[in-house]
Amino acid sequence: MIAPPLLLRALREPQSLRAYSLAHWELLVRQARRANLLASLHETILAQGLQDVVPAAALRHAEWARTLADKHAEAVRWEVQLIGQALAATGVTVTLLKGAAYVLAGLPPARGRLFADVDILVAKSELARVEAALMLHGWMSTHHDAYDQRYYRRWMHELPPMRHARRMTVIDVHHAILPETARLRPSSDKLRAAAVTLAGDAPLRVLAPVDMLLHSATHLFHEAELEQGLRDLVDLDRLLRHFGGDSAFWPALAARAQELDLQRPLFYALRYCVMLLGTPVPSAVQQGAGAPHAVLLALMDALYLRALLPAHASCTDAYTACARALLYLRATWLRMPPLLLVRHLLHKALLSRRAD
Amino acid sequence: MRLSDLAPAQLRARCHGGGLRFRTGEFSICLQTRLTSVIDAVALLYAQFPLLDDDAYIDFPIVLERPRNVRRWWRPQVRFLVDGHAPFQPLPLDQAYPMFEWGLNWCVSAHAHGYLMIHAAVVEKNGRAAILPAPPGSGKSTLCAALVARGWRLLSDELTLVRVSDRALVALARPISLKNQSIALIRQFQPGVVASRPVFETQKGTLAHVRPPSASVANAGQTCRAAWIVFPRYEAGAPVRLAPLTRARAFMRVADNCFNYSLLGARGFDVLGELVDAAHCYDFSYSTLDAAVGAIEQLAQAQP
Repeated sequence: MIAPPLLLRALREPQSLRAYSLAHWELLVRQARRANLLASLHETILAQGLQDVVPAAALRHAEWARTLADKHAEAVRWEVQLIGQALAATGVTVTLLKGAAYVLAGLPPARGRLFADVDILVAKSELARVEAALMLHGWMSTHHDAYDQRYYRRWMHELPPMRHARRMTVIDVHHAILPETARLRPSSDKLRAAAVTLAGDAPLRVLAPVDMLLHSATHLFHEAELEQGLRDLVDLDRLLRHFGGDSAFWPALAARAQELDLQRPLFYALRYCVMLLGTPVPSAVQQGAGAPHAVLLALMDALYLRALLPAHASCTDAYTACARALLYLRATWLRMPPLLLVRHLLHKALLSRRAD
Repeated sequence: MRLSDLAPAQLRARCHGGGLRFRTGEFSICLQTRLTSVIDAVALLYAQFPLLDDDAYIDFPIVLERPRNVRRWWRPQVRFLVDGHAPFQPLPLDQAYPMFEWGLNWCVSAHAHGYLMIHAAVVEKNGRAAILPAPPGSGKSTLCAALVARGWRLLSDELTLVRVSDRALVALARPISLKNQSIALIRQFQPGVVASRPVFETQKGTLAHVRPPSASVANAGQTCRAAWIVFPRYEAGAPVRLAPLTRARAFMRVADNCFNYSLLGARGFDVLGELVDAAHCYDFSYSTLDAAVGAIEQLAQAQP
């Protein structure tokens, strides 16, 4: 077993950073960079007023990462504005998901976060109109292989990612938060119906707080590649700390999880937030519905408590690669029925590869 | 202590073991490798670089190694790792040393956003620097090597770093990379120049690296200010010509050659604006190194 990573301690008890030696800081910066949390660490340093305590050699790495993250946040705002303009004429109601939603709603996970793309949610019946409008404004589908196109459109919960021809930015247009083929099928209509408007950006919405949390949890605990898993867990931690101050939030969260059939992902999200990040969660909510039976839970603990650590040599033991591989299989298993999965993998292995 | 203070066996032992720790400008490196070609080239070209203590903060821990797969025997390869992460695909083993140099450039340009980073050579004389930005193939490194051979201090042949906090130009003083015909040209221009063994058929053609002068390495901690921004262009048979450029045009052209101009946002605009405002800017075409170096020297004397 691995010694608890410095990065986790820094996130749980930021004041402990005061006692870190130069060697601690060197390792901390490396773990944080690998986990895509170096700019978040900078936010923590500022929030705790530790600028003068952190060795200059380490602080500048965090500042460099923050410069990049600030640029990302600015680029996301600009991109969202352009998406809004491109879709204005369609009259479609657009709900921002994940990172873009955190930035536009001014939520804590936005600070120091890096972004790969913008995710939006629209009604399935509006997909064609949204896609046409985006194409008219310069976004183009990235997957040109006929099989990939069919794969996304028949089985996935999103269009193939679209990239803007000039800015090279990527948008993922979702009509649901899980694939059509997944075991769990939370209702997109309910999510969209509860979405809240953003001040100023009239046509754009973000998910209601409980739904935002449930989406983030569902996403992480259906994610196949967990190298960046800790970053997503930190998003959850920051959302829970932010919304959790309102005592009405917790019962609403539990009730909504039941309504949307998302109790299992919520259970895991709360469990690993508490275990790894010390997130304050009322114990009644923590022990609520959604728990798997004890044997499965012990297995999931063994896997997730490895896979969610930073993908850095100092946070890896002999079983880490195996844990990530098994969770990859689990995620794929949850997202597709077995026969369909076999068919998909065979096609990818034999036909798509030959075409390359 | 400097690298040259280590006996060859000591240097090799550090590279094989916990790593060779040294400083280039404002960056600290720890290099671990068992590849003789890399160790030999580093021993030759980085001889004057300062070594670091075992407890110094390392910015970029670098490993160059052969991937552990079938390619060990069949067309062997090398891969570059920074803190366990491989930013590039492996390359043929023969290109291990150029890969170290490219990888180190990447480490700086992908992370160090406390600087405005310009794809440009930069040299200094009497406290005033000439920045030579230009796309690959324009002869910027060759001209840089020639100026350095004539006593200009080398800051960098690839990466001009303008510190955002105080707008100072910061040196790296790393080896100068020469391509194809430039290698023979510089050998002719500066007989006795110390350079690494040429590596053939890289993605940039034949490549050799020139050792930076000891004085440039020793003074790498000294910052300076830009007095000239000169856009060089090698043109066969052309006479030497320095054509003044308006600052607005120069600004746009330097911005085109920056790695992180837009990433720095308003700060990038301010830093670049001040840099261009304080410099004389020229388009520069030349066909022989002697004449080119002469013209730049004249410029430096005419605008003291």
